[in-house]
Amino acid sequence: MLFTSYAFLGFLLVLIPAYYLVPKRGQQPLLLAASYLFYAAAGPKYLLYILATTCTVYAAARLIEDNALRQKAYVKAHKEKLSREERKAYQNGQKRIRFRWAALCLLLNLGILAVVKYANFVIANLNAAVSAFGGGEPLSFVTLALPMGISFYTFQAIGYLVDVYRGAVPAERNLFRFGLFIAFFPQLVQGPISRFGDLSKTLGQPHGYDAKQVSFGLQRMLWGYFKKMVIADRVLAGVSTIIGDPGTYNGAYAAVGMLLYTLELYADFTGGIDITIGIAEALGVTVQENFHRPYFSKSLKEYWRRWHISMCSWFRDYIFYPVSTSKPMQRTAKFFRKRFGERAGKRVPVYLSTFTVWLATGIWHGASWNFIVWGLANWAVLMASEELEPLYKKFHDRFHVDGKLWYKIFQVGRTFLLVCALNIFDCYSSLKDTFSVFASLLTVNNWHILWDGSLLDLGLTPLDYAILAAGTILMLTVSLTQRTGQIRPRIAAKPYPIRFITWYGLFLIILLAGAYGVGYDASQFIYNQF
Amino acid sequence: MNELLEILTDLHPDVDYETEEHLVDDMILDSMDIVSLISEISETFDITVTAKDIVPENFNSAKALYALIQRLEDED
Repeated sequence: MLFTSYAFLGFLLVLIPAYYLVPKRGQQPLLLAASYLFYAAAGPKYLLYILATTCTVYAAARLIEDNALRQKAYVKAHKEKLSREERKAYQNGQKRIRFRWAALCLLLNLGILAVVKYANFVIANLNAAVSAFGGGEPLSFVTLALPMGISFYTFQAIGYLVDVYRGAVPAERNLFRFGLFIAFFPQLVQGPISRFGDLSKTLGQPHGYDAKQVSFGLQRMLWGYFKKMVIADRVLAGVSTIIGDPGTYNGAYAAVGMLLYTLELYADFTGGIDITIGIAEALGVTVQENFHRPYFSKSLKEYWRRWHISMCSWFRDYIFYPVSTSKPMQRTAKFFRKRFGERAGKRVPVYLSTFTVWLATGIWHGASWNFIVWGLANWAVLMASEELEPLYKKFHDRFHVDGKLWYKIFQVGRTFLLVCALNIFDCYSSLKDTFSVFASLLTVNNWHILWDGSLLDLGLTPLDYAILAAGTILMLTVSLTQRTGQIRPRIAAKPYPIRFITWYGLFLIILLAGAYGVGYDASQFIYNQF
Repeated sequence: MNELLEILTDLHPDVDYETEEHLVDDMILDSMDIVSLISEISETFDITVTAKDIVPENFNSAKALYALIQRLEDED
């Protein structure tokens, strides 16, 4: 059930009024049933996957917490009898039990994710390796459909399990409440990857009807639909033409494709998250923000703090920190400190842990070498920036450019182009195509296509370009205005005619300029495939 | 405490660690700084910092970080 389908709108039109009409104790079961119905619409068999994750993580978290509570009670009860060494030995023994439960559950759930998402990628690479060494029967591919949003809900469940293991959040004792945390339908399609400690504050709590909150939620959804249907789905035609034939559409076409894809990705992903957060808000649930005006970042490092925030913070908290503080990493740091000095001892854990994170981020994005190289390219740029930091500082001090508006604009523009270039890895299906397209940017001289009308043969009409330009200016204006706070409360404070024109105007624009109807097919969200 | 202040100053010389109380919240220390810092304080104070200890409350000020170091020294 696409967010952009009539079926989904009908689903919401029934669910939201019903949610506020049923007794408050019925809200949570209703949301859970609606979430499973939404998920089953993608394919009833997929429910088995999400139920398996829900039940195993729920059980493991309870076992871990029960063990921790028993340990605490035992130590308290035997405080006088146990020596410090005995207490430590007992605690370490219990910790090992908890670790085994957590590891078993993690392996099981990551195993499911690995099999459905990466089995064919592994088989293809094994076949290629076998063939390179002279033969043997190739392994046949497996036919496994990828359950919707599996990477998102698996990571959300793992985050919860690790938090319980660390004692950062209590284990949820109510299976249905936990089921809702995993399956809450607005965020099933493309996240954000919520934390239990944050989401459970409002999800599963009773909510009375609040007209302002519901209308704010609907307004946020409207803005998301505008980005998705007017911008992302419209620009898709041009992007598909360019990406679909890298042999023909190279050089300047590739540069145009790079910009159009970056626009599509932004409108699609942030628009989808606007819809997610808007639906949740209309239901009284607070879902964390996933973007903070990312294209205004002055460096790639800053960009990754502001784009897909929930994924980046997940990788930071559950991979980067554990890897960098692990015993092998600390031993490696010691080794480098002894051999190569203080600075190497400090920097090596950063390099290696960041490498691990970006490798994992690339793999998470998809079963393809393109994504892996995309992840490692990000890592290389980030590490180079880190190492060049003292040089930048010298440059800034020498020429007094830091803080100057023109220099900030330059930094923002430079980061934007860098992100656009890295996005090329997302676009093409093979590394060969990707690198030949990169090379064509420097070697093919066809820049005349920018003004000789060739761009009108990409599946986009002059009207499409005009709508895209106007939509981009509107998104830019909204982003700039958001620097000083949220926009909806400011519009709500305006007189009725202004509010009416703003929201009904936006609704009309979606109706008139949305990319749907004959010749268009409202597409799935890009991040749904992850 | 002086040893810790030296390590911190080495990381960002322009920060006044005596008064700054939002090192993580204000993004003065990012995740890479924190990893460098952990590597150094682990060596200097002979402690083991785990991922569980990496929460903003422990890294927002020199004082909070020093309290963490003392706690981990006691645990060891």
